[in-house]
Amino acid sequence: MTTTDVAVELITVVIDGFEVNVPKGTLVIRAAEQLGIQIPRFCDHPLLDPVGACRQCLVDIEINGRAFPKPQASCTIPVEPGMIVKTQLTSPVADKAQKGVMELLLVNHPLDCPVCDKGGECPLQNQAMSTGHAESRFEGTKRTFEKPVAISSQVLLDRERCVLCARCTRFSDQIASDPFITLNHRGALQQVGIYENQPFESYFSGNAVQICPVGALTGSSYRFRARPFDLVSTPSACEHCASGCDMRTDVRRSKTLRRLAGDDATVNEEWNCDKGRWAFKYVTAVDRLTTPLVRGADGVLAPASWPEAIAAAAAGLKGKRSAVLVGGRATVEDAYGYSKFARIALGTNDIDFRARVTSDEERDFISSKVVSSTTTYADIDKADHVALVSFEPEEESPIVFLRLNKQVRKRALKVSSISTKLSIASEKLNANFAKVAPGAEAAALTALELTNKSVILVGERASETPGLLSTVISVSEKTGAKIGWIPRRAGERGAVEAGALATLLPGGRPVEDAAARVDIAAVWGVQSLPSTAGRSTSEIIKALSTGELDSVVVGGVDALDLPHSKDAIAALKKSFVVSLEIAPSSVTEVADVVLPVAAVTEKSGSFLNWEGRARAFAAAVNDSFNRSDLRILSMIADEIGESIMLGTVTQAAREISSLGTWDGARATFKSVSTSGAHSVNGDQALLTSWRRLLDLGTLQKGEDNLAGTSRKSVAVISASRAEKLGVKNGDALRISNEVGSITLPALVEAIHDDAVWIPRNSRGTQPLISLNSVHGDVVSVVKA
Amino acid sequence: MSDHLEPHRNHDADITSVPFEKVAQPGPKSFFAQLQGFWVTFVTQFKKVNTVEYPEVKEPTAERFHGRHQLNRHPDGLEKCIGCELCAWACPADAIYVEGANNSPDNQMSPGERYGKVYQINYLRCIFCGLCIEACPTRALTMTNEYELADSTRGKLIFEKEDLLAPLRAGMLQPPHPMYPGMNDTNYYNGEVHAAHPSQEQK
Repeated sequence: MTTTDVAVELITVVIDGFEVNVPKGTLVIRAAEQLGIQIPRFCDHPLLDPVGACRQCLVDIEINGRAFPKPQASCTIPVEPGMIVKTQLTSPVADKAQKGVMELLLVNHPLDCPVCDKGGECPLQNQAMSTGHAESRFEGTKRTFEKPVAISSQVLLDRERCVLCARCTRFSDQIASDPFITLNHRGALQQVGIYENQPFESYFSGNAVQICPVGALTGSSYRFRARPFDLVSTPSACEHCASGCDMRTDVRRSKTLRRLAGDDATVNEEWNCDKGRWAFKYVTAVDRLTTPLVRGADGVLAPASWPEAIAAAAAGLKGKRSAVLVGGRATVEDAYGYSKFARIALGTNDIDFRARVTSDEERDFISSKVVSSTTTYADIDKADHVALVSFEPEEESPIVFLRLNKQVRKRALKVSSISTKLSIASEKLNANFAKVAPGAEAAALTALELTNKSVILVGERASETPGLLSTVISVSEKTGAKIGWIPRRAGERGAVEAGALATLLPGGRPVEDAAARVDIAAVWGVQSLPSTAGRSTSEIIKALSTGELDSVVVGGVDALDLPHSKDAIAALKKSFVVSLEIAPSSVTEVADVVLPVAAVTEKSGSFLNWEGRARAFAAAVNDSFNRSDLRILSMIADEIGESIMLGTVTQAAREISSLGTWDGARATFKSVSTSGAHSVNGDQALLTSWRRLLDLGTLQKGEDNLAGTSRKSVAVISASRAEKLGVKNGDALRISNEVGSITLPALVEAIHDDAVWIPRNSRGTQPLISLNSVHGDVVSVVKA
Repeated sequence: MSDHLEPHRNHDADITSVPFEKVAQPGPKSFFAQLQGFWVTFVTQFKKVNTVEYPEVKEPTAERFHGRHQLNRHPDGLEKCIGCELCAWACPADAIYVEGANNSPDNQMSPGERYGKVYQINYLRCIFCGLCIEACPTRALTMTNEYELADSTRGKLIFEKEDLLAPLRAGMLQPPHPMYPGMNDTNYYNGEVHAAHPSQEQK
């Protein structure tokens, strides 16, 4: 309900003798909440459709003097004029009915609270105390089931604890559109179950665990690990993608034991994805870097003290031609530190946050369109048509998918997906699928009917098709459709605003604008700032290999994410590299100084999600010795003799807010013409790929339960190509080019005839490393 | 009411205004009267003594004396503790730390799904109130009469699970080992397992 919806009809009802005005259509149980009257409930959930399954919320209702003959479920009855409601507080009948329902629910509920993970935070325990009888009259044998049943590698089901509230099944069906879990049988034998051959492999299964009002669904990674009173909870933000979920991190003895979805109605509502919920063990992985490492004269990385390492880093950077590569995982404050460090301590604009396949077109797109973008989730809610361009919402930004799905279910929002392959998400969104050849996306976008109420959601993969972003801008200018750029990593939008890009200063100020430089130089207390636009990621790597640059500071970048990764690693090897990392990577292997940094749970800071909305978080683990990137950069800058004065996150945040907004001109966008798809013949095909939500990502390391629900690695080809090659589903396909090859089982799906799709970073398929290609290039596809 | 709440004034307690009254002082008692006072001391010499020569001699405590805790075992040797943390929850002194874990077929420590992987009692904190014993749902935690709990370092006074576990008695096997054939955790709690079965011995 927003304040703009003025035409909401209010209805007055009386609950327990108190009058309350609520909008028409409000359920009685919600109206009671407004008065602070808590009616016990299990099945009722504000974001799920009412079902009236548990019958716990029985109240006495009378409308205009006519009373219902029996108590009614307040979670299914909307308010009506003249309604008088008596809850358990004023009606002995309702109270007795509720106590009776509770007694029946407890008849078959096992008394295994001591071994149940929900014990201590269980709505059934609490409401049995508030609404139940102290003594059980039941003397028979309780119904038992085999327990626990693993319905996926992450979720365990104890059927005897279930109160059949259907929250999990309704969530899976209505919110995630993954109806993999259902109520089987009838009557006393009714139970939650999964299909015989289809496990509960939804990307959102963790939400079902969180909303289960009893301990029937439990997460395998939290099983028996702690009690609620052991945990210290900290509100936090998710570091896994740009959706920007509000989270709660529960820590026991400096160790994160679980993460739950927070409640932010404007962003993630009450949901999150399984990656955000269950991928946190990388913080406590055994191979975490703990001490600084310095490469000695013998060429071996050896542990060193902090002063030694800082001195070695400063010595290698001072007076040299240096650049900065900061990955998309930095917080806003850290990215700001890198940005200021590059400009002041290194005197260069050679900084780029994009550790992926990029283009100059994308850089211009970011510095002209993304910095000023105001597209939000609310625009999706209001849109008449959403176009997905090089963007797979379920895989790359799951909460955007949930929001799209909500609108599709609620008001049949029109979604068009411009993609090479029909994805599961497109099917769920009932999307108008524009099947294109890799490289030919632009033409399909121009053909869409968009209006000024439409939204174009562009993924980071748009940079892989020359001219696509230019087309996005021209289509948006022509139709008035809003553009939402949704990168995959959590820190990318923040890095844009922090100026961690060759053409941008903090606050989206163009580097080449003299007034912008004066603005920033004044706040930073320096005479001048480097005035020419710097190098992009690939140009920095190239300059390192040719010797135009001597050294580089790398923060949270894996060289295996860069195009031509072998060349990139070789270039880093011959340069002086200072690496700020949490765990060993391809960069730390070749670095000269390795400085361990704090992971997200160990520091405070903020991310900007794809909307540009700040997602601030406090340190969940307070006693970590790990320092943030910002603190370390500050120390190196001090040692170099060009202080950046950013000792703490608070200092950085204060300085960022003191910069104010930039109302000068934005960078201009230079349009690039499209080249279209390459032509193929015979065994050739055009490669296309994207990353899956659950894959070989570094932040998912050690999460075996999570990996168990990842989608299988397959090579997707069209039916006509399969016929031509004589392969069936499951036959091995070899995809190769002059660099290498990948062999995967074939899957025939709706995909452009010229294309072959493979996952980008899953088990057995890392095309960027093995083929040095991810999208639009010609590869050969043969039966292996 | 306000008239009852008048402020206290200093001159009310003026010591100079208190009238002086002379009190009669008794003089010293006679010699015999003083000797009579020593009679109790003299007679006590011939009574039975209540103290013992601790630590050479040790007296048994009261039957229900709250001493060191013990983690009990089922008659086949499996641990009764299920790692539920109810003892830690009940503890008013925050002296108990428990971590639960999953029993697996090749590492069955207690009947059922869950066992206590870490179990610590900090005897520097423990106040021997016995609320943990009342909280324990499986009678795994009880108190012994052992009271000699002094030690030289703080670290030694944090008792680990091995220090607290009851010794193996006749018929018990050292866990981990499988549950009694044909029995489930309910049978164990109902006391239907009386000794280890030969098949429970781990190869």
